[in-house]
Parts: sequence; C-alpha cells; structure tokens
Amino acid sequence: MAFLDRTARTVFLGELIAGMALTFRYMFRRKVTLNYPYEKGPLSPRFRGEHALRRYPNGEERCIACKLCEAICPAQAITIEAEPRPDGSRRTTRYDIDMTKCIYCGFCEEACPVDAIVEGPNFEYSTETREELYYNKEKLLANGDRWEAEIAARLEADAPFR
Amino acid sequence: MIVQALTFYLFSAVTVVAAVMVIAARNPVHSVLFLILAFFNSAGLFVLMGAEFLAMVLVVVYVGAVAVLFLFVVMMLDIDFLELRQGFLHYLPVGGLIGLILLAELLAVAGGWTFAPEAAQSVAAPLPPLAEVPNTDALGRLLYTRYVYLFQAAGLVLLVAMVGAIVLTLRQREGVKRQRIADQLRRRPGEVVEVRQVQPGQGV
Amino acid sequence: MVEFWWTYVWPTAIIVLEVVAILVPLLTAVAYLTYVERKVMGAMQLRKGPNVVGPFGLLQPIADGMKLFFKETVIPSGANPVVFVIAPMLTFILALIAWAVIPFGEGMVLADINVGILYLFAISSLGVYGIVMAGWASNSRYAFLAAVRSGAQMVSYEISIGFIIITVLLSAGSLNLSDIVLAQKTVWFFIPHLPMFVIFLVSILAETNRSPFDLPEGESELVAGFFVEYSAMTFAMFFLGEYANMILMSALATVLFLGGWLPPVDMVPFTWVPGPIWFCLKIALVLFFFLWVRATFPRFRYDQLMRLGWKVFLPLSLVWVVLTATVLQYAGWAQS
Repeated sequence: MAFLDRTARTVFLGELIAGMALTFRYMFRRKVTLNYPYEKGPLSPRFRGEHALRRYPNGEERCIACKLCEAICPAQAITIEAEPRPDGSRRTTRYDIDMTKCIYCGFCEEACPVDAIVEGPNFEYSTETREELYYNKEKLLANGDRWEAEIAARLEADAPFR
Repeated sequence: MIVQALTFYLFSAVTVVAAVMVIAARNPVHSVLFLILAFFNSAGLFVLMGAEFLAMVLVVVYVGAVAVLFLFVVMMLDIDFLELRQGFLHYLPVGGLIGLILLAELLAVAGGWTFAPEAAQSVAAPLPPLAEVPNTDALGRLLYTRYVYLFQAAGLVLLVAMVGAIVLTLRQREGVKRQRIADQLRRRPGEVVEVRQVQPGQGV
Repeated sequence: MVEFWWTYVWPTAIIVLEVVAILVPLLTAVAYLTYVERKVMGAMQLRKGPNVVGPFGLLQPIADGMKLFFKETVIPSGANPVVFVIAPMLTFILALIAWAVIPFGEGMVLADINVGILYLFAISSLGVYGIVMAGWASNSRYAFLAAVRSGAQMVSYEISIGFIIITVLLSAGSLNLSDIVLAQKTVWFFIPHLPMFVIFLVSILAETNRSPFDLPEGESELVAGFFVEYSAMTFAMFFLGEYANMILMSALATVLFLGGWLPPVDMVPFTWVPGPIWFCLKIALVLFFFLWVRATFPRFRYDQLMRLGWKVFLPLSLVWVVLTATVLQYAGWAQS
C-alpha cells in the first residue's frame, strides 16, 4: 500500500505541486522589504559606523593625543601628530583617518582612554571621490558635534555591558 | 505576377550565391551558416511553388536538426587553415580527376534522361485542386497508400542506421559508478538511518 | 496608376498596419513581462520588487530600456564581428516573425496558412541558431559552453514537443491553427491530453531556456551563458527575444491545449467577453506559470535534463501518439 501511495505521488508530481503551492502561499504573505531610504532597520548601540571625535560639554576636545588608537589600528588607517598647546595641555595638531583603509573593527574606540574617538551610528556617508574619504581632524570634530546627542545616548545604553 | 517573379529571383539568387559561398568561404563555420541560408531560401522557393508542407519540413528537418549537428561538429573542430592549404597542390590531380568523373557521369545522366512509363502516368493522373485539398493532405494520402511500403522501408533504413550508431558508441566499462535514480527515490529514512542514544564517554 | 495603387500599395499598407498592430502590443507586453517577473518573483520571496521608478515601479522597464539603449555596444577583439552582431538580431527577429500565424480571435490572424503549426515549429527550431552563433562568435569559453549546452537541450526537447504537437494534430485533424482552436469547441484539449499538456509545459520551459532548465544561462556557473560578451542593444535584443519567445510559447500552449480565443464555458456572461481578451488572459496564465516555476524550483543538473528529455518525455509522448491514434481510429472520431 505504501508502495502504491508513493508511486501515485510520483506519477502525479506530488512533490512539485507541494513546492509550487508553498511559493503560491508565500506570494500573499506580508513583505519583509524595508523601503530603505524612507524606512530603516533598528541599529544596535554597538553599531560601528562613521567615526567622530567628541568634545567635553565645555567645548574642549577630548582627545589627548595618546596615540593608543593609532597604535592599535590593525589597518593603520589613523595618523596622529601632536605637540603641546600654548596653555601647556597636550593636544593633536593632526588627526587623520583614511576611511578607505578602515575595517570598522572598533579597536580605536575601545583603546581610547577618554572616549574621544568613537564609531557613531551614521553609515550613509558614501562619496563620489576617494579624497572625500580621507577624513581630517576638522571633519571628525564636525562629525562629533553633529552626532553628539546620539553618540552620548548610545554610550549610555551600552555602559552597563562595558 | 511581377511580385512573384521578383520573389522567385530573389530566393533563387540568394540560394545560388549562398551555395557558392558554402564552398568558397574560408571559415568552415561560415560555410555551414551559408548552407543554412541556402536551405532556407530553397524552402522559400517551395512556398512559391505552393508546396508549403515540403517547405516547412525542409526547415524543420534540415535547418532545425541536421544543420545544427553540422554546426556542432564544425564548431568543435580546431582547424588550422595553413595546414589545410598545404596539401592543396598535392591532392589537386586526384581531386580534379574525381571531379571530372563526377561531371561526366552527371552529363551522361542528364543526356540519357527518359521518363519511366509509370512515372509519366502518375504525372498525368489528375491532381486534386490545391484549393480543395491542402497539399499536406494530398502528400499524406499518396505516402500512406501508394508508396506506403517504400515509405516504411525508408523508415526502417533510418532506424537501422540509428541502432547502428548507438551500438558503435555503446560501451560498458567496469567499475563505473552510475546514479540510479529509482534506487535513490526508493530509500526511506527508516531503512538507512538509525537513531541511538549515545552515553557520554562510551562511543557508539 | 490607379490600378497599381489598389493592387500593390494599398494591400501592402494594410499588411504593414496589421504588423504594427501586432508588434507594438507585443513589445510592450515583453517589456512589462520583465516587470511582472520581478514583481511576482519578489512577492514569492517576500520582497516588493521594483517600486521606485513611477507609481508601483511601472516605469521601470522603460528606464531599463533607456539605459541599455544609451550604452556602448562592445565587440570583443577576439570575436567574429559579423556573426557576433547577426546572432542577437536573428534571435529577436525569429521571436517576432512567428507571431504571423497566431490567431488572436475568429479570423484575426495575419497569415492564415495551412501549415501554421509546422511554421511555428520550424521557427522555434531555428531559435537555437541565434544562441549557437552568439556562443561561437563571442570566442569565449563560457559562451561556447553555454551554446553547446543550449543546442543539445533545445534539439532534445524539440522532439518531444513535436510528438505532442502530433497528438494535437491527430485530435484536431488540421495543421491550421484556427482550425485547431475551433476543434476545441466541445472540450479543450488539455483535458483529454492532460499528461501531454504537463509535458508540453515542461518542454517549453526547456525550449525557452527558462528556469529550472536555464543551464545555457546559468548565472552561477556560466556567468550569463551565451550572452556574457554582449552589452547594450545587442544584449537587449537577446533579452527581448527570449521574453518574446516565452510569450510565443505561451500562445502556442494556449492555442494547442487551452482553446485559443474560446471562452471557458459557451454561456452568456462568458461569451460577452471578446475572443482576443480570453486569448490574452490564457497567455497571461501560462506566463504566470513560467514565473511561478522560476521562483519555486532549483536548476536541473545537465545529465538529468538530458535523461528527462530522452528517457522520460520522448517515450511517454511517443506512447501517447500511438494511444491517441488508436482511440481516434477505433472510436470512429478520426476525420476522413
């Protein structure tokens, strides 16, 4: 009987019809597509996007030119030059990140003792030329100013797990 | 009428030119493509004569099947033209001789051409008018009544040729693993998979 | 002069107009078939498909066409330029000229020739040349391999299609497509010939190189198959030709098995709808089947494809031809 049953299923293409019925049913399911530029998926607070240099609330830049990020960067994307400022504090004169080299590992963020360099939530910074992806200190600080609210919220959300 | 004449001359001119190009083209693949063009235009000529069935069969059989196989074989060949042309002078006398003999034979056939009396009769036999009986129908009636034995014999000859070709290429080798789809489909999980409780540190 | 006008110019003008009346909707249908394909496949894979260009993405095919039109046609240096350019034209033209004999409604056919079905069969058997020529002329290994595959595949499946057509011819008693449709007044042929209908549907998938028999294209192994080297309009010609062929084969399935322009039931609400609309609806149904299969099944392995063609479909259709002939003869339904 089992033999008959199986033969009948083969002759009447049972498996093929079952497969086609499945795809037909799926055709009316709700679509999972995100209408991307208008809709976006949720981001984890640990998401590693575009880099930013942060400032203290009083406007002083956090980075103290310890060069730990430059040392740990596996892609050697970070270049830092530093000398003391007139007021005696140690600050960078040059802080460049080559975004075309960066592998977004997040080590710079973890190495930083003062939470100065962070990888923010922004991932939509594609450019038309390579040169625009060679970020300098100005650009990074501007990023920090622009994303500060979100970066702070993310850091706070993730703080219990660090 | 002018249109028909023009079409006729178009088809026949293309046929002749294509036929010449078959032997004149340097690249064998081009030769085959010209051969196909010639077939196609002959089919056009058949249509002009009102023999649409023959035209379509010519296209289906010769262009659609035979020429595809030609093209396949010729495409696969890696022909060195220099080497081909090297022996040209060497083989010219023999080739020329064969050509001459063929020509003489053709001339003899054409010169001594007479109709068999039966053939003359069947030509004289009244054809059903084309408007009433389509020529597919007429051909079918003729093939399956008057020439049925010849037709079947031709079929048998082709069958024998096909069997021969298969027998020539068929060979059984030892130790070749083949996929047996029926066996694969017949396998059930229950027959080939066994579920066991494995105790830690003991193995199966 | 007046006679010349009425005997030559006027009929030619009429024919040209008829050709345009067939080709313009056909090419529009081809363009929108690509759109529908992406939409339907998207829906079956829980995606949305094109929805950005125009309302519901309806202008997408036009945008694609414009893009291909303005690109540069690259002819590879190792290619055989003449054959390379002729191949896509051949594919495209063959897909179009076949429509001359398709009856869209009662008497609505460009050329009502006696051997319509043979003409269609002949044209579809020529389709392999476009592919083989493209593969050979590209002078590329991928393209050549695809051409060889496709040649073998199309020749194999043509044989079973031929036998299926013969069963229909036996039942209809005519080679004329309009007569074949009219012979289905009592019952559409897919009911008595259901196994042949299934085999025919599978065979036309193979004949048009569609998934799951798309080995000649095989994106994942032959990158794009016989048209790897093609770009811009030459590529577009292949694309259009392929989709026009899909529509043609659907039309053939409709004429042979689904009763052409006839309404499903010969009763009042159905007979109000004109024949050509029924015809288009049936074609759309078969086309949906094409897309549905593509979204459902994975690609065949080549040896299994050949096995299916030669060892399953060919004997089955051969047996069915004999069976049909026997039944027709002994039931006394045979014509003359």
